[in-house]
This record gives sequence, structure tokens and C-alpha cells, in this order.
Amino acid sequence: MSKFNPDSGKKTVPDITTASLPDIMFMLLFFFMVSTTLRQNELKITTSLPFATEITKLEKKSLVSYIYVGSPRKEYSASLGTESRIQLDDNFAVVSDIRAYIAGEWEKRDEVDRQKMTVSLKADEKTKMGIINEIKTELRKAEALKINYSAKRRFVESRNN
Amino acid sequence: MPSASLADIAFLLIIFFIVSTTMDVDTGIYRLLPQWVDNVEAPKINKRNTFVVLINKNNDIAINGEIAQVADIKDRLKEFILNPTDKVYLSEKKEEVIEGIGPFMRSQGIVSLQNDRGTDYGAYMNVQNELVKGINELRDEYAGQRFGMKMSKLSEAQQEAVKKAFPTAISEAEPQEIK
Repeated sequence: MSKFNPDSGKKTVPDITTASLPDIMFMLLFFFMVSTTLRQNELKITTSLPFATEITKLEKKSLVSYIYVGSPRKEYSASLGTESRIQLDDNFAVVSDIRAYIAGEWEKRDEVDRQKMTVSLKADEKTKMGIINEIKTELRKAEALKINYSAKRRFVESRNN
Repeated sequence: MPSASLADIAFLLIIFFIVSTTMDVDTGIYRLLPQWVDNVEAPKINKRNTFVVLINKNNDIAINGEIAQVADIKDRLKEFILNPTDKVYLSEKKEEVIEGIGPFMRSQGIVSLQNDRGTDYGAYMNVQNELVKGINELRDEYAGQRFGMKMSKLSEAQQEAVKKAFPTAISEAEPQEIK
């Protein structure tokens, strides 16, 4: 009887079976694959978005076009200065380019989706309103009227003032 | 088939995806811009029906010409829209029939948000946020009175009705030189 086995004093721990390890790994893998959105645009400007509490989630990323506004990144600031710039897709742009950009984005979408197209304005909080207003005027002229002022969620209430 | 390396392969892939993942969810404040019309005169709106918020280039705020703080905006706006004691200097209310609610004394008030070219976008967004918060609170309070539930718990049709009762009437004027 093993009870009287002289070896029973040394507890032998059985090896943990690693057969399920690949399954666990794959589960994690699928989670990350599904939740990943690869960044489409290389940002040439820095945008630290403003904070807000009354924000809604942007639905359907395929229907969203982005306009970035902010000061150029370090590598570009030598030639472009630190004044706020507009970025459309991967390039710097000026206000008058917006209409062509919106027309292009409009072309890319199905007829059904065009009405739901939204322009997300990702502007740095230090940007002056002059440039933002020019963009808004261009958007109105281009009839891209649904816009979203991109903002991050503010958790602390008393950040005002 | 030996499957000992399977875990390693999966692990490598996981590391790749962890590194390349950006989990940010895009959020922001939705707004519908008005249609562009060439040289149109601004519609005449009774002075009592306008709630003018000015932000100057130093990011100071004025409501209807008086200096104010960001924190004041929300309550001033709610008072302006609700006008519970029918004050002559706050917004006018007209009876309108709203589907799903019935006759409703809807405020004719409009918020006019004006800014200088030099105003900071962050300050502007702060004010926008307060205005939206005010309207959301009005909707929530009304939904509570009328349907006994919070706005987010209502059916879609009811939400639409409440939105009609308290519309997002914010006009974002072209910038002006504001001292």
C-alpha cells in the first residue's frame, strides 16, 4: 500500500499539461486581431485633442473622413514653422484643397452611404478658431454638413477654467 | 504532428498585434452645419430669443454681453430655454404639436455662439461642450417628467420626440473681431 511507501513523504507535483496553451494563445490572438484597427494615416502634425464630457462614439469608421489640424511635427517644423497646418490623408494641405478632398471621399463611397458621410475634425486644442472657421466654411460649400468635433472623454469634472 | 511550437507561433503573432493595436475609439461632438447660401441676410430674430455666447481672443466668455464663466453657461442656457416664469427677457415659448408628446410649449430660443479668429479651439470646445450638456440635461429632465425614464432608456421614437421638443439650436456664426 502506498500509504506505507517510504517515498510518500516527498510530494511529487505532476507536470502542468501544456496541451491547452496553444488554444489560450489563439484565443488571445483572436481578441487582439478583432480589436485592432491599423492606423491608416501617418500623422505629420501633432494633435492633442480637446477634452469634453458630452461626447458620442463615432459610428461606422468607413463612413468617416478625417481632417487633421495642428502644428507640424518636429521633423517638418524647420521648413514649415509651428503655425497650425491642415493635413488631409497623408499630406499637408491648404484650406482650398478641402473641397477637392471631400469630392474625392464622396466618390469613394456607395450612393447609399454618401448621405451618412461624416467629417471628423481632429484639431489640436491650441489651434486658433480662424483656421477652423475657414475649414467649416469650405465644408459647408462642399456640402459635407455632418461633422464631428473630435474630443477625448474628460473624467474629471473640474477641469474647466 | 508535433504541436509544441504552435504556442510559440501564436505568441509571436499576439505580440505583433499587441504592438500594432491602437485601441482608441473615436469620440466627439456631432454637429450639423447649415447649408451654404451666398450673400444671405441673417434672419431677424427677436432679441429675447437669442442666447449669445461670445468668446474673445483671450478666451474670455460673455453671455448676452456680460462677462461669465464656463461653469455658468449650462445653467444660464437651461433657464433661458425653460423660462419657467415667462420672463420677458428670456426665450419665447409657442405651443406646437409634437408627435409622441402632443401639444408642447416649445422654446423659440436660439443659441448664437460667436468667436474671434484668435480664440483657442480648446476654449471653443469647452463652451460647445457646456451648451450640449445643458441641452442634454434639459432632455433628460423632460424625459423623466414625461416618461418617467432617462433619455437613454426611452424608445427611439420617444427619443426623437424629446429631441424635437428640445432641439440643438446652436448657430455657429462666422468669426468677428471681438474685443
